[in-house]
Amino acid sequence: MTVRALARTRNGARAFGIATTVAAIAVVEGLIRGGAINAYIVPLPTQILAALPRIIAEEHVLQRFWQTAQEVLWASLLLAAFGIALGALLYRFRLLRQAFEAWVGALAAAPIVLMYPLFLVIFGRSTTTIVMIGFAAGLAPVILKTAEGLSGTRKVLIDVGRSFKLSPAQQFRKVLLPAALPSVFVGLRLGLIFAMINIVGVEFLINFGGLGQLINELAERYDLPGTYGAILFVILASVTFFDLTARIERWLRPVE
Amino acid sequence: MTSGDATPMRIWALRAAFLAVALAAWEAISASGLLFRDVVPSLVAIGAALARVLGTPDFYANLAVTAQEIGAAVVIGGLCGLATGILLGSNRFLSQAFESLLLYLGPTPKIIFFPVMIMWFGVGPGSKIAMGVASCFFPIAISTAAGMRQIDAVLIRVGRSFRASPWQMIRCIYLPAMREPIVTGLRLGLGVAIIGTLLAETKLSNKGLGYLVIQAYALFDMPRMYALLILLFVLSIGLNALLGRFSRVTRGIST
Repeated sequence: MTVRALARTRNGARAFGIATTVAAIAVVEGLIRGGAINAYIVPLPTQILAALPRIIAEEHVLQRFWQTAQEVLWASLLLAAFGIALGALLYRFRLLRQAFEAWVGALAAAPIVLMYPLFLVIFGRSTTTIVMIGFAAGLAPVILKTAEGLSGTRKVLIDVGRSFKLSPAQQFRKVLLPAALPSVFVGLRLGLIFAMINIVGVEFLINFGGLGQLINELAERYDLPGTYGAILFVILASVTFFDLTARIERWLRPVE
Repeated sequence: MTSGDATPMRIWALRAAFLAVALAAWEAISASGLLFRDVVPSLVAIGAALARVLGTPDFYANLAVTAQEIGAAVVIGGLCGLATGILLGSNRFLSQAFESLLLYLGPTPKIIFFPVMIMWFGVGPGSKIAMGVASCFFPIAISTAAGMRQIDAVLIRVGRSFRASPWQMIRCIYLPAMREPIVTGLRLGLGVAIIGTLLAETKLSNKGLGYLVIQAYALFDMPRMYALLILLFVLSIGLNALLGRFSRVTRGIST
């Protein structure tokens, strides 16, 4: 295959993207070695790479990753329980929805994470603070998407449930919730991403917990290659998380 | 519950009732002493703190610092995002090569870059602006790139048949046709720029609203902290609603 033909394929384009990124990193390495970039501000990319095994072994990255993952897990359980319940409430009572849907929307746009000093006062410098901020930051999209999904249920499905004389609880569990599931998960995924971002961010800010704290600690120790390496690790972790939830979302999407 | 829209009267009555109950419950908890008193200060104390904050020039000076940082961040990040979005949206090869990088870096927590930004841009406003830029670049670039691909192909062909230069294409075809996705991106971008800048201020600074909040926390002046947080929320929700109205007005004609 000629270079031109290769460039036209998707994989060719991806390879080009990766190659340019690697080339850019190599240029940075050259500039630092040449003295054009101060090595005390930007460590050599090769040094960062060399620091990775060290921070994994000495800074217990995997344990910290597990700690952050647990916080995200707790926040996601809270999100699923309260978000879906509140969304169902908005769906069930039209007046509530008309009165408060716009308020929940405004909440979604509010910088909730800035309230972290308040959470610190209430819950102390603890895991609870981190989980509660993740929960608060992700709640609005779960509520909105649940209400949207439930009200998008096809009328014929609801009528089928009625003709089987399902109780309201059965109707919800067997008809409404399965029909709304794809939309609910869109909301849950958004909520989880917000929760994850805020959890790592607050860990960094209050210097407590898992991966976020690691970056703060390494930066305070002025361990530059370590700091960059830890940032790389957090990016990797969030990309994995992002990809995983995207796959689940695709899997749940109804076949048209 | 009956179907059909409830009257606006009932909706407003419900909202007012909810607010009244919430505020009354707050005041009751505050007065009962069940919780540590300073955590739930009386509404009177919060109101007084609000008046004090709004009455001092100190608040406005710090508001100006933060507003300038956010403004600079949105201008720099917005222009970079717009340029990147147009480039990726108009070129299939570049989009396949680099857009996944954007999509993956977009939802990472930006605040973790703050130590690096301090090294690069210093402890002053520079590192806060950089945090805002890093936050708002991604939603604007992603939204612009997606908007580019939704442009009616006929419009692009019209531009081409007039032999419009790339710059003319951008100014006369792409930008007007993409007003809505750009405003949406700007709205998202402004929201995260506010968060990025203010969080950076709470971590390390000696000026700005974030600094005021963390200072109130350090001095354990809870009424003042509540007052500042209320002001922050009102300002950012208000700005968001304003941009939302703007996008609806521009959309009003076409749909």
